[in-house]
Order: sequence, then structure tokens, then C-alpha cells
Amino acid sequence: MFENIINPLIHIGLLVAMPPLLPGVINRTKAVFAGRKGPPLLQPYYDIYKLLRKGMVISTTTTWVFQAAPVVTLAATLLAGLLVPFGPFAAPIHFTGDLILFVYLFGLARFFTTSAALDTGSSFEAMGAAREMTFACLSEAAVLLGLLVLVRLSGSVSLTPMLLAPLAHRPEAPVLLAAAGLFIVLLAENSRIPVDDPNTHLELTMIHEVMVLDNSGPLLGLIQYGSAMKLLVLSALVLHLLVPFHAGVPGVDWVLFPVELIAMAGVIGTVESFMARLQMRHVPTLLAAASLLCGFGFVLMVR
Amino acid sequence: MYMSLYITLASVFCMTLSGVPGLFFSRRGMTGQRIAMLLNLLATLLGGAALLMFVSSGSRIQTLTWPWSLPWGRFGVGLDCITALFLMPVLGISIAGSIYAMEYWKQNRHPGNGRKLRLCWGIMNAAMMMVVLARDGVLFLMAWEVMALAAFFLITTEDHDPGVHAAGWIYLIAAHIGIIALVAMVVLMRLTTGSFDLWITLHGSVPSAMAAAMFILALVGFGLKAGIMPLHVWLPGAHANAPSHVSALFSGVMLNIGIYGLLRIGETMTAPPLWWGLTLLILGAGSAVVGVIFAVCQNDYKRLLAYSSVENMGIVCMGLGLALIGRSVNRPDLIVLGLGGALFHVLNHSLFKPLLFMGAGNLLHATHTRKIDSLGGLAAKMPITAILFFTGALAICGLPGLNGFLSEWLIYLGLLRTATVPQGGTLVWISLAAGALAATGALAVAGFVKLTGSVFLGNKRSDQISHAHDPGAAMLLPMGILASGCCAMALFPDVTMPFLARAIHDWAPRATTAGGSIGALAPLLEMAIVNAVLLLAAAAIVSVLWAVRKTRAAVRRPTWSCACARTSSRMQYTGASFSRMLAQMFSWMIPNTHAELPVPRYCPQPMEIVRDVPDVVLDRGLIPCFALTRRLLARLRPLQNKPVNMYLAYMLAILLLLLLALGF
Repeated sequence: MFENIINPLIHIGLLVAMPPLLPGVINRTKAVFAGRKGPPLLQPYYDIYKLLRKGMVISTTTTWVFQAAPVVTLAATLLAGLLVPFGPFAAPIHFTGDLILFVYLFGLARFFTTSAALDTGSSFEAMGAAREMTFACLSEAAVLLGLLVLVRLSGSVSLTPMLLAPLAHRPEAPVLLAAAGLFIVLLAENSRIPVDDPNTHLELTMIHEVMVLDNSGPLLGLIQYGSAMKLLVLSALVLHLLVPFHAGVPGVDWVLFPVELIAMAGVIGTVESFMARLQMRHVPTLLAAASLLCGFGFVLMVR
Repeated sequence: MYMSLYITLASVFCMTLSGVPGLFFSRRGMTGQRIAMLLNLLATLLGGAALLMFVSSGSRIQTLTWPWSLPWGRFGVGLDCITALFLMPVLGISIAGSIYAMEYWKQNRHPGNGRKLRLCWGIMNAAMMMVVLARDGVLFLMAWEVMALAAFFLITTEDHDPGVHAAGWIYLIAAHIGIIALVAMVVLMRLTTGSFDLWITLHGSVPSAMAAAMFILALVGFGLKAGIMPLHVWLPGAHANAPSHVSALFSGVMLNIGIYGLLRIGETMTAPPLWWGLTLLILGAGSAVVGVIFAVCQNDYKRLLAYSSVENMGIVCMGLGLALIGRSVNRPDLIVLGLGGALFHVLNHSLFKPLLFMGAGNLLHATHTRKIDSLGGLAAKMPITAILFFTGALAICGLPGLNGFLSEWLIYLGLLRTATVPQGGTLVWISLAAGALAATGALAVAGFVKLTGSVFLGNKRSDQISHAHDPGAAMLLPMGILASGCCAMALFPDVTMPFLARAIHDWAPRATTAGGSIGALAPLLEMAIVNAVLLLAAAAIVSVLWAVRKTRAAVRRPTWSCACARTSSRMQYTGASFSRMLAQMFSWMIPNTHAELPVPRYCPQPMEIVRDVPDVVLDRGLIPCFALTRRLLARLRPLQNKPVNMYLAYMLAILLLLLLALGF
């Protein structure tokens, strides 16, 4: 009974408080590899706090869609975060078929983010929206195929039992293939190198950041917070495939999980430090490869 | 006893006659149109009352047969839950369209064709009702032919336009190929069962080749009506060229009739061979994916919506295929989820697609253009249309919060369940179709963001839309009702589910008695709560934005344009540029021709760019094929154009040949 209240509370607490730490860790990792000192780990928190207090400039072209988009995106991401189990603990919301809801919530977020980009009437932002949309079409199929591997191995169609299936039931190869596929999707969906470079100054080469060029103040703060949360949610999902070991003691596991997330951010930072951004026309190939990895994993499960 | 069936027939009668009184009234007055609308309303109320009576009576099926003086068949009709389920969209969309037409297609604005349009509208609706009511092969074929012809006259309402003409002819040819297949199917049924009674269960003794032939003929006949790829050739042109409320009727109701037929042919075998379901599943998946890719690439918003119908009918067929597979391998859960999802999606599609086509009508009414790339920024000029259109777009993309998600989710659950079969085998591979459905969903989002974004958001792209404004209440009211229907279906699935459960029970009595029910297999209550949370959140966001619209401290400035001093709205990303990457990715499938003239190097001159997205089956397959046939057959032309005595000689020769052939 006690656990039924405490665990969801910790889950929600982590989901709400932790996201901005991950970009901080990624940036610090990249700085270390580049031989720089780098910004403080908590810099994203400071940035968001600063943005939330600032005034806003809103384009005269825009309508209600532009202002609603960051809120809808954040709400959808939050709801998706409540469906993924953290560590060995069941997710606060779980029911049969919640994995479809999980995938489609990101679709809902995408509908509004890209519509808001088109709402500004700026070519740059629309260009980013078109790219985001194109790549999402490929990555959504990959996510579903990756989840299909888990459905097959756990025999259930809900994220919590799928991701918490006992170790003994996991053949290594399919799970690793699915994990590789989902990791690529994680990088693409969170606009990390090699798909997108969040730090570049050239609007022509960006995807996610270019879509939000016209946002400022609190709206921009919400967007940054939302994308950090998306990073956390998808990382939590992939972690189940990569590190399926748990201590078995609730206290230890609740400490272990944030540490694993931070390590994951470190891995992403390392990938970013050692890779260059792909040419835009090669990104579809990478995402198709992600689909194929997941599909191949499924084939291995069926044989 | 058969009260509801009699009242339904009265409703059909009333519907048939709805356009007739108008013929006797002035071309320039509105009286005839008002009478037609009221008669249509009466028909809908009668039909609605009959359906309510039928559902509350709890009876399974009511049938009536009257002999008639024709040499074959008899007047046999029947009402069961599946029929009732397909009658509902006819009744609802016909009256919605009639009210919409009170402003959209006013008699005094269209004196030349308004009366013809309303006459055919009534006959078409009545014929569709008869098709789903018919339990006799001959009556069924007659109703089907009347429906096909009435639809032809509806498409060619504006028959002075050559584009409309061409679309009408293509439709007529496609419809008649379908009818030939259906006549053959009914004849085969007569041969096997010995009577013209329709949809009766075939016994195991029927040779499998006969059953297979029937299924394939039904697939062609009904697939043509439902617009399943590659039989969709008539669909985009017909939907784009018909008046918008007619497109709404076609997309929301007429396509369903094809699905109805596929459903019924599946019912005729207790355990159909596995390939029936697999064929339908594969055709459905192909239709969904290819249809949505075509939709994304369109530059005409009515064609975009038409291809999206191809996609949605594909999704319905996937559910139907899954249910047939469940029938073959005796898995009640697959039947319940597949058929439940398919039927639910049919109902949902009948809500949001007419909503979108009516929205397209509003756009056409206000701007007189069907090109996405001539519009832009209309949300400011047509705010109510914009909100209603957004609701429809979110629903049709299957996004959580609205009804489209629920039905797609049921089909997903069915597909994913096949992945949990312990042993390998064919069944496991079926779950890969879930990947196709996911890709379809993502592409649909791309298509509808392109559509709503380019039409309603951003800056206007041409001056001809400066005076655009929202239409009056007669056009907005039906749209509002349909949009609230979309929300209601998402919030209260429990209202629809018992009805769907009874239809599933009618289709496969064994499955539901084996313990399969939608509620047990899919936690609809949880999803309804999620939908409620999302809709409430949306309402909260909108009301907060509305409340602070005056007081908010935001500074209003033009969009940042990279320090370019003078930008013009022509510099915006167009819809075509938005979908360009996707179009290139699928360029092997879609021959996206854009004839770009070479850029002159020194003296810039006015330039023109022609963009055209031909349909790969029609424009690249069938039309060249027909042209070739025509060229080859032209060699026979010298035989024609001869004096009458030559024709008499031909006749004599053929007679002699026949006599010889019979003699030996």
C-alpha cells in the first residue's frame, strides 16, 4: 500500500525535476572531450528559470496555435512519461495497449510543434518542420517495430510488463538489436548528433531548434523544458533494454535509476563528441537502418 | 413485430421522394430546396426512430419478403445490427449535407443544376439504404445500379467543366466494372445456394474454387466502391470535382457501402480459408500506406482529402482482414478487436471526413480555389472554420484525445496480439502490419499538418483570398455537430460499444459466446479518461489564451526574417515545399512531375512552374493501357463504316459459323 503511493510520487518527482540535468550532463561531457571547462551542470535549470521570468515577443502573423503548441507538447510528453516504468517500478499509469498511446502522444506533440512553426510564416521554421516531419515518419515505424520485439518476448501489450519482463526471458540478440534501433531513434527524436546539431548557428542545417526560432521568454522556456523531458522519457525506455539489472531493494533502485540516466546522458555526450553531423540526405538511411535493426530483431524472435 | 423495418422502409420512401417536389417549383426560388431539406429531415427522423426501436427491442434480425412480378428474385429486405450500423451514417450525413447545401448550393444561385442535384441526392441516399437492407440478390443489384447512376449525376453536377466531365466518365466506367463483378458474384451465389437470398452461410460442401471465385469477384466489386488500392482510380477525381457536400456524402457514406459488402462476403463462410483474410489485410495495409503517401504529395486540398479516404478505407480493411483471419484460425479475440476496430473506424470516418470535406467546401466558397499553395493565413479570417477543421484533422490523424485514435488503437491491439502467439507461423508475421499502421499514422500527421498549416496558418499567399470570411450558420451548424460527434465518440465509447458488440455477435456468433468482448480485451474506460484529460487540458489552454488575449504582456512584432528588410508572403514555405522531402523519398512510387522551365541566365523573365501529381495507377497505368488498346483496335476500323449490305453479310457469316459450330 505504502509503495503504491510512494513509488508513483518518486516517479513524478523525477519526471518533473530531473529533465534539465540531462542536457547539462551532455554539454559537460562534450566540453570535457573538447578540452574546455564547460558550463555548470545545472546551467539548463538557470536558463529555463531565466526564460520563464522574461517578457515575450510574439509574431504578428501567429494565431492561437503558436501559443498553445508548447503547452500541448509539454502536456503530451508529461503524459508519455507517466506510461514508462522507471527502473524496476511499475509506471504510474499502465493498461493494456498503453504503448500505442505512448507512440501517438509524440505524434500529437509533433502535430502542434510543426503547426506552430508553420504559423510564423517563416521559411526557416517551416523548413525545420518539414524535416522533423519527414524523419518522424521513419522513426515512428522504427519505434513500433522495436516495441514489437518487446511484445513478442514478454507476451503482453503494455509498457510496464513489456519493459520489466524477467531477465531469463530475454534472448540477447533481438533485445540488443532493438536497443540499437531505439537508441538511433532516441538520438533523432531528441535532435542530437548525428541527426541534428542543437548548437549550430546555421539555421539551414538545423531541425528542431530552427522550428522554435520565433519563440521567446516563457514559451521558449517551456519548449526547452519539454524537449529535456522527452530526452529523459526516451532514455528511460532505452535503459530498460541496455541495463536490465536491478538491485531488488527499492531504496537502492531509486538511487540507481537517476545514476543510470546520467550515465546515459554521458554516453549521448560521448557519441556527440566523436561523431560529425550527417548530411541531411543521409539521415533517412540511418533511420531506415534503425527500422531494419528492430525488424531484424523481430525476425530472430520468430524463427 | 416488424415495426422498425416498416418504418425504415417508410424512411427510404421519404428519402427517394425528397427531391421530387422541388421539380415543380421555380428555378429561382428556395421553396423547393426547403421542402427537400424537410423531407430529408423527416426521413432521417423516421430512420433514426426505427433504428432506436430496433436496438431497444433487442431482436437480432427482422426480415420481410414480398413476391414481385419480375421473373427473378423478390422484394426481400432485412434489418440486423450490421445493417443498422451502416444505415446510421446514411441518415446522419444526408441531413447534414442537406442543411449544408441550404447555403452552399442555394437554388437561386444555381438555378441550372440545383434541382437535379437534390433529386439525385435523395435517390442516392435511398439507394444506399436499400443496398444495405437488401436480402435478395436481384433487389441488391438494382439498388446498387441506382446508387451508381445517381452518384454519376451527382459528380457531374457542374457538367460544363471538362474536368468534371472526365472525372464523371472515369467513375461511371469503374462503377460498371464493379457491377459486372457483382452480377457475376450473385449468379455464382444463385448457382451454389439455389436461391437469390443474399448473405446466407455457405455449407462446407461448396467447392473451394467456387467460394474463391465469389470472394475475388466480391473483392473487385466492393473494393472498387470502397476505393481500395489499386481499385481507387475513380476516387480522387470524383471527390475533387463533385460539390463539397456531395464529396462529404461519397467519402463518409458511399465508401462504407463497399466495406459493408466485404463484411457480408466474409460472413458467408464459417471458417474461410486463411488467404481471404491475408489478402484483405495486405491490400488494406498497401492501401493505407500508399494512399497516405499520395495524400501527402497532393497540391489540391480536395484531392488530398480523397486520398486520405483511400488510406482510411485501407485501415478499415486491415481490421476486417484481421477479423477474417480470426475466423479462419478460430481466434475470437482477433475477430472482436479487428471487426470492432473496423466498424468503429467506419463510424468515426463518417464523422470526421464529412466534417473535413465541408470545411473544404467553406474554403472553396470563400476563396474559389482548390490549390493549397494559393491560400494561407485563413485562421484569422475564418476562425470558426479553422477550429472545426483542426478538430477534424486531429481526429483523422488518429491522435489521442479524439475518436480516430480509439478505433485505430483497437486494430493495433488486435495486430499486436498476433505477436504473442507462442509458436511461430503465419500468425506472428501479421503483427508486422502494425509497423505499416504506425508509418501510416505518422504520414497522415505530415499530410494534415501540411494541409492545415499551409491553408490556415502563416501569411496569405495570394490576394484573391483577402475577402475570405466564415460562412453563415447553415454551413457551420452541420460541421459543429460533426465535430462535437468526434469529441463525444472519444469521451463516451461505452455508448457505442454495446451496439458494436451486437454487430460483432451477428457477424460471428461463436466468437462472442466464446467469451470475447471488446471491454474485456481493450480497456476503453482508461482510454476515455485519457481522452477526457487531454480534451479538458485543451479546453483549459484555449480558455486561458482567450482570457488573457487583451491583457497579455507580450510584445507583437513581425516574424524574425534573418534581418531581411522586406520579406513577402511569397517567400513562405509552400505546402509543396513542406512535403518535398517525403515526395522525393517516395519518388520511385509517385511520378511527381513538375515542369520547371530553364532559368534564363542574364535577363530574368516571367517564369512558370507546373506541378502535377498524377495518380500512378490511373495516369501511368490504365490510361496509357487504354490508349494502346484503342490504337491496336483501330486496325479493325476498316471493317466498320461499310454500307448496310456489308453488315448483313457479316450477320450471315456469323450465323453460318454458329450453325457450323453447333452442327459439329
